[in-house]
Amino acid sequence: MPSLDDLKKRIKSVKSTQKITKAMKMVAAAKLRKAQESAEKGRPYSQKMQNIILNLTKSINDPQNAPKLLVGTGEDKKYLCVVLTADRGLCGGFNSNICKLAKTNFKKILGEGKELNIITVGSKGHDQIKREYGKYVIKKFSFKDKKNISFNEADEVGKEIISLFNQNKFDKCIIFFNNFKNVITQIPQSQQIIPAETKNLKEGNDQNFSYEFEPEEDEILEDLLPKNISTQVFKALLENAASEQGSRMTAMDNATRNAGDLVDKLTIDYNRSRQASITKELIEIISGAESL
Amino acid sequence: MSDKFTVEIISPDQTVLKQETKEVIIPSFEGQMGILNNHIPLITFLRPGIITIKAEGEKKYYVEEGTVEFSNNNLLILTSTARDLANFDKSSINELLQKAEANLNTESTDKDRYIASYKIETLKEISQ
Repeated sequence: MPSLDDLKKRIKSVKSTQKITKAMKMVAAAKLRKAQESAEKGRPYSQKMQNIILNLTKSINDPQNAPKLLVGTGEDKKYLCVVLTADRGLCGGFNSNICKLAKTNFKKILGEGKELNIITVGSKGHDQIKREYGKYVIKKFSFKDKKNISFNEADEVGKEIISLFNQNKFDKCIIFFNNFKNVITQIPQSQQIIPAETKNLKEGNDQNFSYEFEPEEDEILEDLLPKNISTQVFKALLENAASEQGSRMTAMDNATRNAGDLVDKLTIDYNRSRQASITKELIEIISGAESL
Repeated sequence: MSDKFTVEIISPDQTVLKQETKEVIIPSFEGQMGILNNHIPLITFLRPGIITIKAEGEKKYYVEEGTVEFSNNNLLILTSTARDLANFDKSSINELLQKAEANLNTESTDKDRYIASYKIETLKEISQ
């Protein structure tokens, strides 16, 4: 049985932990609103961009001469996986969920005897992945010092991906990130960005436009494709930022509640043992008086 | 059938504008281009210039680059640099202009120089 003093100390420490988690929850909630807003506002851009690319893909008649970024190298041997995670912890299963999904994919890729390269964005993901797959990691990004994610950061990652592609380092590129659905649900996702995925094309969009191009189709594609890569990375970063805050908010809310429960339990214990010691003293006094 | 179509200007961080319009003039890469409804499906990209949207009133946006798609009477302009001319103040115009002029001589390819020269021209036009 812990002494009264010990219990008192524990109650105090749990209470101060609760204060911290509560504050973190509030901060996350405030940041979430902003992150969610920018994620939602950013969605149309990336979606429309993807749509244009998909429409373009359909109108290509001669896959042999089409830009490699669009149709791929035609091979399926080397993979580049870009894992996007947060730079900070204490956000529930956010980072581990992405890493888990990524690792399952790594295993599959390696199991098929294919070559694997990894780029990590965010230090937490790097920490988790380097333990098992450290030798495959070719580059890591971290935007810890940036307060808000802007297009420039995404562009940095995008350019790196493209330069690796031009050096023939990979045939397919997949990005892993958390899709923000709502505050409590974030879904870890993988998206293939090179070559552009065409299978999730919307049904209603199936008319075959014959577009008029100005200037030439090749020139447009040359300009558009690298931009699209950065845009997709940017979208993933925004979704991630919102998911991170949402996930942290839920995690901290739970922690605050748990701390509350713990304080209640400890207070009962504390009162009980205080009462016990009072009763004990009374008994001692009474039996002392009786024996006189 | 109405003679209107929808125009959307979308930047990576927000939807700048979405409305019905009769005519839009865009600075496409190879020259000014006017778009009316039932235009043929089109994909092109922009050089620095001014987008003019003619509805009840006229709206003007300054852009530096962008991608344009027209299909199903829906004009989509994807750009990261759209600025509404109505609240585009003098000092930021001059700032951009100075930067552009400084860059003009360092651009290496013809294409970059072409873009830079249009940028300067447009900015000068606005500032007057």
